[in-house]
Amino acid sequence: MRIALFIPCFIDQLYPKVGISVVRVLERLGHEVDFPEDQTCCGQPAFNSGHWDLARDTACSFLDAFAGAEAIVAPSGSCTAMVRNYYGELFRGHVREAEAAALAERSWEFGDFLHRKLGLTDVGARFPGKVTWHDACHGLRELGIREGPRKLLGAVRGLSFVEMQPSDECCGFGGTFSAKFPEISCRMGEAKARAIEESGAEYVASGDSSCLMQIAGILARRGSSAKIIHLAEILAST
Amino acid sequence: MSSVSRFVAESRRRMADAHERATVLKATATYTSKVAETKASFLDWATGRRQLHQRKWEAIHRLDFHLETFERRATARGARVHWAEDAAQACEIILEICHRTGAQKAVKSKSMITEEIHLNAALEEHGIAVVESDLGEYIAQIRGEPPYHIVTPVMQLTKEEIAATFHEKLGAPRDATAEDLTKTARRVLREVFLAADVGVTGANFLVAETGMIAITENEGNARLVSTLPRVHIAVAGLEKVVPRLEDLAGFLPMLAVSGTGQQLTGYNTLLGGPRQQGETDGPEEMHVILLDNGRTRLLADAEQREALHCIRCGACLNVCPVFKGVGGFSYDTTYQGPIGSVITPHFRGLREWKHLSYASSLCGACSEVCPVHIDLHQHLLRNRRNAVDAGHVGAVEWIAFRFWAWAMRSPFAYELAARAGRIAQRLSRLLGVEGSLLDPARAWTARRAAPTLAPESFREWWRKRKASERKPS
Repeated sequence: MRIALFIPCFIDQLYPKVGISVVRVLERLGHEVDFPEDQTCCGQPAFNSGHWDLARDTACSFLDAFAGAEAIVAPSGSCTAMVRNYYGELFRGHVREAEAAALAERSWEFGDFLHRKLGLTDVGARFPGKVTWHDACHGLRELGIREGPRKLLGAVRGLSFVEMQPSDECCGFGGTFSAKFPEISCRMGEAKARAIEESGAEYVASGDSSCLMQIAGILARRGSSAKIIHLAEILAST
Repeated sequence: MSSVSRFVAESRRRMADAHERATVLKATATYTSKVAETKASFLDWATGRRQLHQRKWEAIHRLDFHLETFERRATARGARVHWAEDAAQACEIILEICHRTGAQKAVKSKSMITEEIHLNAALEEHGIAVVESDLGEYIAQIRGEPPYHIVTPVMQLTKEEIAATFHEKLGAPRDATAEDLTKTARRVLREVFLAADVGVTGANFLVAETGMIAITENEGNARLVSTLPRVHIAVAGLEKVVPRLEDLAGFLPMLAVSGTGQQLTGYNTLLGGPRQQGETDGPEEMHVILLDNGRTRLLADAEQREALHCIRCGACLNVCPVFKGVGGFSYDTTYQGPIGSVITPHFRGLREWKHLSYASSLCGACSEVCPVHIDLHQHLLRNRRNAVDAGHVGAVEWIAFRFWAWAMRSPFAYELAARAGRIAQRLSRLLGVEGSLLDPARAWTARRAAPTLAPESFREWWRKRKASERKPS
């Protein structure tokens, strides 16, 4: 399959290794991977802050960049959810509404693409380490991703999986929320950090680097030894 | 102090109160496990939610018709139906009834809408003593505090704190057990029930078909409040009407599960008018006050009117990490948590109350649990959009997003901004600015380590790879 990569801005600039890992995994599985270089952002930050006109402008650039793509894969539940679930509302009544709807249907979160679209569990990965999983909110509640990552991690050689309690409570990032209400955001992050520490895991994995960024920021200040890692990085490891 | 400053200050204070946080977390954890257990006894909870949504949709979309049907049927049995445009008018109507009937003592059962209209203050101002009979509300009342949560008025108090309150205000022993405390309250409230001239309740549902009001409760106090005193006044929001009696077959169990994890609440009552000819129980007069107070404004909003589906179960509060973190008092509104954040701007004004819609990570846990399938987190988002469209957003943010939109317009602008950011971060770290009071990213770096902008971005890696692939081997 010819896959168009959607690498969100913060992964591009802060966690490029996640994007590189996605390329490695998909090529290892025999797919052709392309990165449309005109892409910038799906528009979610502006959308979530209520600036829908600006979000729509950015989203139009996104439609341009990915026009004609057969399958769009992004290592981010939150960005994928924006395209799949919210482009409909953003483009309602707009001349490009149908185009946006068609693009939404072809957009996938990375782990979900492997599990539900390609039907895979074992992608030939090896990663020795004790790993716990953070169910990122958008992936979980907007895209219904819960079983997939657990199955994928379960097939990774050498990996020992442990559930944290709770695994599905918000990490507190929430985009601009983390800067607008930093104390509440950190309070939620601290609760997540405690759950990670209590699980005894060496690594906390997730499908969203935005959550991992928040979690890492808090774990570091707590002097925790637990490290963040994206699902793609684990699956790329051999 | 503006509402948002009050919110930030109060939530800061409450977040630092480890005892309150622990008590609330314990209560919500107990709730969560109970609810999970009880939900498992349903064949198809998901379909149930959609059905309730549909029934409420039906009610809301012909609200005038159903309310008029209710009025006709209720009046036919001798109840008197009043229409109040706002809180002041509702209080006026209630005071008029009290004055006409010579009422001096009022007893109330739990009703959030009476909090909304500040009824107790209005009654007391006019020399009418009012006592809350729901145990939680009674405790809140003698402490001089508003309810903390729309269903659990004193969720933040431990048994020891309640005992201390009873000791201070009622002379109960310091080491009273839960049973002792209940017995004390019962003893006090029995006198109140018997002496009251007027009983004020809310209504969980208004049944149009039969002209009845439905009240669900666990303590039985609402039954006493609505039947012992000579006069019964029920206050309900316009949106509480349901078309048919059989609608309750879905609403009552799902409200009970979502509210407290019970299969059904202890007492479920339908009241169809005052004491009729030949009956021995019931008030001489029954009044139902239908309150607008901003609800028709929300009804007029086609996109957001589903917020009127709310059956006030409290589930969204119990799963909200923000509510659990800052507590009910921080909101400073009648309705807290996600539903409160959604509807308060519509009832009290967007400019002053938009901050509650921003104080959310949009995690969606609220929408997930809502038994009437309100997309609560999406309404928070729409409130934000409405705030921006109405020009309520500050200049700094407006400019910041325009700069952001410029950067995202083309890969060239985006990479330029990224490169500038890399330099800025390196400089900031070199000069020791990061994490200090001068750091523009202080909102993040005050409490969290900052991520490092990668020396080589993904797209730079990709371009390099593409270039090396093109080179002849």
